[in-house]
Amino acid sequence: MDWTSLDTWIVITGVLSAMSCALVGNFLVLRKMSMMGDAISHAVLPGLAIAFLISSSRGSITMFIGAAIAGLITALFTQWIHKFGKVEESAAMGVTFTALFAIGLILIVRGADKVDLDPGCVLYGAIELVPLDTITFLSLTLPRAVWILGSVMLINILFTLVLYKELRLTCFDPALATTLGINANVMHYVTMTLVAITTVASFESVGSILVIAMLIVPASAAHLLTNRYGLMLAMSMIFAAVSAVLGHISAITVPTWLGFADTSTAGMIAVVAGLLFTCTMFFAPHQGILSKVWHRLRLSLRIASEDILGKLYRLEESTSDQPTLAQSAVFPANKWISRLARADLARTRKITRENNTYRLTEQGRFLAMQLVRSHRLWETYVAKHFDLEVDHLHDSAERTEHYITQTMQQDMIEELSHVKTDPHGKKIPDQPSSEDSIVDPKQKGGQA
Amino acid sequence: MNSEPADPATISDAVSADPKAPRPVRVATGDEHPVTSPLSVHDMTVAYHRKPVLWDVDFDAPAGSLIGMIGPNGAGKSTLLKAALDLIPKASGRVMVFGKPYRQQRHLVGYVPQRESVDWDFPVNALDVVAMGLYRRIGWCRMVSRRHKQSAMQALEQVGMADFAKRQISQLSGGQQQRVFLARALVQDASLYLMDEPFAGVDASTETAIVNILQTLRTAGKTVLVVHHDLHTVRDYFDQVILLNMRIVAHGPTDEIFTPDNLKKTYGGRLTLLDRAAHAIARQGET
Amino acid sequence: MPRPRIFLCLLTLTLFAWPSSVVMASDISSIQDTSMSLPSWDMLLRVLLLKDYNTRVVMFGTMSLGLAAGVIGTMMLLRKRALMGDALSHATLPGIGLAFIVMVQFGGTGKYLPGLLLGASLSGALGLACIMTIRRWTRLKEDAALGIVLSVFFGLGVAILGIIQKMQTGQASGLQSFIYGKTAAMLAQDAKMIAVVALFTVGICGLMFKELKLLCFDATYAQSQGWPILRLDAIIMALIIIVTVIGLQAVGLILMIALLVIPPAAARFWTERLFPMILISAGIGAASGFAGAAFSALLPRLPAGAIIVVVASFIFAMSLLFGTARGIVHRLIDHTNLSRKVAQQNLLRALYERSEGSRSLSKQNLSPIASATSSSFKRLLIARSWSPRKLRRTIRHAISQQLVRSRQDNRYSLTRNGLAEARRVVRNHRLWELYLIHHADIAPSHVDRGADELEHILGPSMVDELLGLLAVKHPELAVPPSPHAINSRSAIGIAGKYRPKTGSSKRT
Repeated sequence: MDWTSLDTWIVITGVLSAMSCALVGNFLVLRKMSMMGDAISHAVLPGLAIAFLISSSRGSITMFIGAAIAGLITALFTQWIHKFGKVEESAAMGVTFTALFAIGLILIVRGADKVDLDPGCVLYGAIELVPLDTITFLSLTLPRAVWILGSVMLINILFTLVLYKELRLTCFDPALATTLGINANVMHYVTMTLVAITTVASFESVGSILVIAMLIVPASAAHLLTNRYGLMLAMSMIFAAVSAVLGHISAITVPTWLGFADTSTAGMIAVVAGLLFTCTMFFAPHQGILSKVWHRLRLSLRIASEDILGKLYRLEESTSDQPTLAQSAVFPANKWISRLARADLARTRKITRENNTYRLTEQGRFLAMQLVRSHRLWETYVAKHFDLEVDHLHDSAERTEHYITQTMQQDMIEELSHVKTDPHGKKIPDQPSSEDSIVDPKQKGGQA
Repeated sequence: MNSEPADPATISDAVSADPKAPRPVRVATGDEHPVTSPLSVHDMTVAYHRKPVLWDVDFDAPAGSLIGMIGPNGAGKSTLLKAALDLIPKASGRVMVFGKPYRQQRHLVGYVPQRESVDWDFPVNALDVVAMGLYRRIGWCRMVSRRHKQSAMQALEQVGMADFAKRQISQLSGGQQQRVFLARALVQDASLYLMDEPFAGVDASTETAIVNILQTLRTAGKTVLVVHHDLHTVRDYFDQVILLNMRIVAHGPTDEIFTPDNLKKTYGGRLTLLDRAAHAIARQGET
Repeated sequence: MPRPRIFLCLLTLTLFAWPSSVVMASDISSIQDTSMSLPSWDMLLRVLLLKDYNTRVVMFGTMSLGLAAGVIGTMMLLRKRALMGDALSHATLPGIGLAFIVMVQFGGTGKYLPGLLLGASLSGALGLACIMTIRRWTRLKEDAALGIVLSVFFGLGVAILGIIQKMQTGQASGLQSFIYGKTAAMLAQDAKMIAVVALFTVGICGLMFKELKLLCFDATYAQSQGWPILRLDAIIMALIIIVTVIGLQAVGLILMIALLVIPPAAARFWTERLFPMILISAGIGAASGFAGAAFSALLPRLPAGAIIVVVASFIFAMSLLFGTARGIVHRLIDHTNLSRKVAQQNLLRALYERSEGSRSLSKQNLSPIASATSSSFKRLLIARSWSPRKLRRTIRHAISQQLVRSRQDNRYSLTRNGLAEARRVVRNHRLWELYLIHHADIAPSHVDRGADELEHILGPSMVDELLGLLAVKHPELAVPPSPHAINSRSAIGIAGKYRPKTGSSKRT
């Protein structure tokens, strides 16, 4: 890989456009209108084409005006068709943007003789050519695309900062926003115009695919990582920047590993963003799939362990002779989770194991008492409030006992006016407050 | 796992020791879920995203009765019906229809969903909707025949909607739409009907008409379970009630169960401990 | 809706689709650019009469495609998955590219169509699986899932095409046509394949018409009945992927979604039943395909896919405006008719009630007196809160219908026909009032109170009961007396409270 200044400018352009898109994309994702980004980025085509045909140049101002109008028209037509035609909103969107895109396509093909613009350029952009087209402004010679994208990004950041809380409110609750005097509708159209402008700015350098990807993917990933609005905006922009840098690097390196030449930067940026999103989807700390699976596993391990402790405790209660013994046959042997739980309990010294015989340790008994206490308190509570047969109480408690905290135990005790026994007549173990209060349940009224 | 055997003597001791809970304790004798019961729900717990919304629901619907299910908003009435119909997963418990699992007995059950659950702009007319009740019987890939249309028409007549058979469904009033849904269930000729708020948003004459139909069904020996929330009419309409608020507060004959005391228990807010336990379960499942 | 009307609709649509696209095209060419002249009359005739073999092939292909897309698109639209097709069609691109590379690596030409389409289908199915995964396992909603899959898959596709372009210049150019479509390049075997797929799609939809209808209308109920809704959904999705894939060549993957969404959305404006809707949708799809193919024959430089979509959009716009079932104009006319009818009934009632109020009615011969009674314009004006313009218009209309006659002294009275009509109107009106006062706690919100078939709404027994309740008390009247004082504004106000929403503003 030989990195040149050309590559640097390509990366800078990519980062700027990705970040501008990601910022406005947050509002689309939060308002559940992601596909509007898709629609607008397709539908600006006729606006662009007409601007080209009128001005016969790639002059930026006409382009932006054309695109903004086309973007607004998309949003408006979608609304109108939805409202007056009683067509479902997503269908209305589908009708609007495809029609506009088709018209744009025809116009571009018709005008292709005059202006150097072809459909392919619209799709993938020409980021590789960006550094060649420079403009000097304030004695700074920078690629034209960098000037444009830089200013669009500034506009987007300013817009977000100025309307920070208004945007947050309209994303969260448009109806409430309207009652508070923030016209959610106006905000909607303003956002859509911004989306359209950002789209156009990014169009000629990175093409429409990248625009859609950057509008939706970074914001979605950030949404999985955080619950905080400000953080989400920041993270989505970082995410976009990282995808742009990695995207270009992989565009010039990855294909060579497989023996091919380099490939489209725009496409690879979208692919990298997709890969990053997939990683987020799996590895995000709270929302991630792996974290969810892991927590579920840990929960079932805990439940299995607690079931073992409870079982040992009840055995201690009922057997009058040799206490605290349990053959491993008592436990569901074929269940791997139960075996894992037993190993874990032995490791943390909550039970001891000798020749397939299990015994609670002091520490284990402490936990088991807590658990059985929760179980029997819950049974009593359910018996009082539910219309349920007595022999059905056990199952209910079996499911709930693992989730009952000490404060809930306390509240139950108070609500049940300090009962001592459960509906089956078993003794509810006392709250084991300290180490010395832990005694063999047989000695302390296990005979009830 | 280990079952804690119930000893009647100690149980009565235990309960009488607690003066605040003087309710009689029924001891299970093993035949509390009769095979013939049209609908028996055993220890059913239902959770949304792990958070339990229905706790340990357990009841048998007596055959040939008109049962009202009553409870405040969010008490889980519709959830109970949907879980019984396998529309949402159950965290635990099982549902038997005439002594067999629901999956084997679908043909015996007629379901009337809430009116809001469908898009009434859908391009079908009233007769089409009613005929949908016959689709299962018609079977895969067969056409709806003239004979089927006739029986759909009869069901529409039964609910007094024959004149509207050809109307597109969005042109019907709320009460008329509800009647169409009712007709769709009637045409199934089921033995057990589960109805989710059939009286919501209907006019007085429709309500009367629906009640008449329900009573006809009961007379014909069918069992009807209705989610209802107008307390004034409960005594007139139903001979059995189920009072529900996240758990079954009471169930049985209306005269015995529909008491101010029980209603207070049902509507007097949720049990805070139940709520907290639900939150704890949901939270621990998440993180 | 009777069958002949459906076919009439289809025929009309097909007919006006053709000239409309001519209009559109001439518009476009007039913007600028004179390098392309309009086709000569000869050429037009050649195309229209299907003289060319190529034109025939292309037309056959695009029409079959439009037909299939119209049928399965209806299901997609009604299942509320309109944008799913968009995401799926974009998701096919990497499959096409990969299939190309694989075939080249194994020594083939790489442009073997069934191979490319297989790749496209697999990658579309993978895209669908990704959408499902994102929806199931994350907090993101459907829209974000669609957007992510659409853009990332498409990006991947473009990256792969980029590789191909560098690796086999020339050969790869064929793949670009999958993005925008290349109708004119359609071969006879391609057209046959499209036709087979179309036939298959239509066949499946026909066979499972009832199941799919139930699924789209009320999936919950379908599930409670034991229909495997997951499998039914999978069938719809599979058909969408298949139709999309065969459409790639013709209109390109970006515009394929248009063929799936626009025809059914347009068809909905013409009918209130599902079966006709599918037929019309298929007709619109086929008509668009036909017009697009004709254009690509006449003006080969225009992108035919785009033309097909523009024609379809034009038909959509026409349907939105003029559709006989839910078109905007149709609904406006309905609305105007209703308010005119209501105004006329109000006029008749006002005249009738004046006659009731001005003289004590004799039991025996009511009608001559009533018809002889006349009211001045001023009197009528204060009888209700209508504008003079509206009242004048209403009176004019009533006179033209010979319900009211104008006398020399600028007073108005009912004709014999008018009297009969007025009686009917007043009777219904009063029965409604009675009904609302005596029976309904909740006012029926959807009924048109001017409805002629009062019996249909209330049921004959109810009408009998109402008649019994009051009319029988006043046997002298075919029309029961109004339960409230007629000329008192407040009484009208009370009655007004119970009025249904439709047209209430016009009446008060």
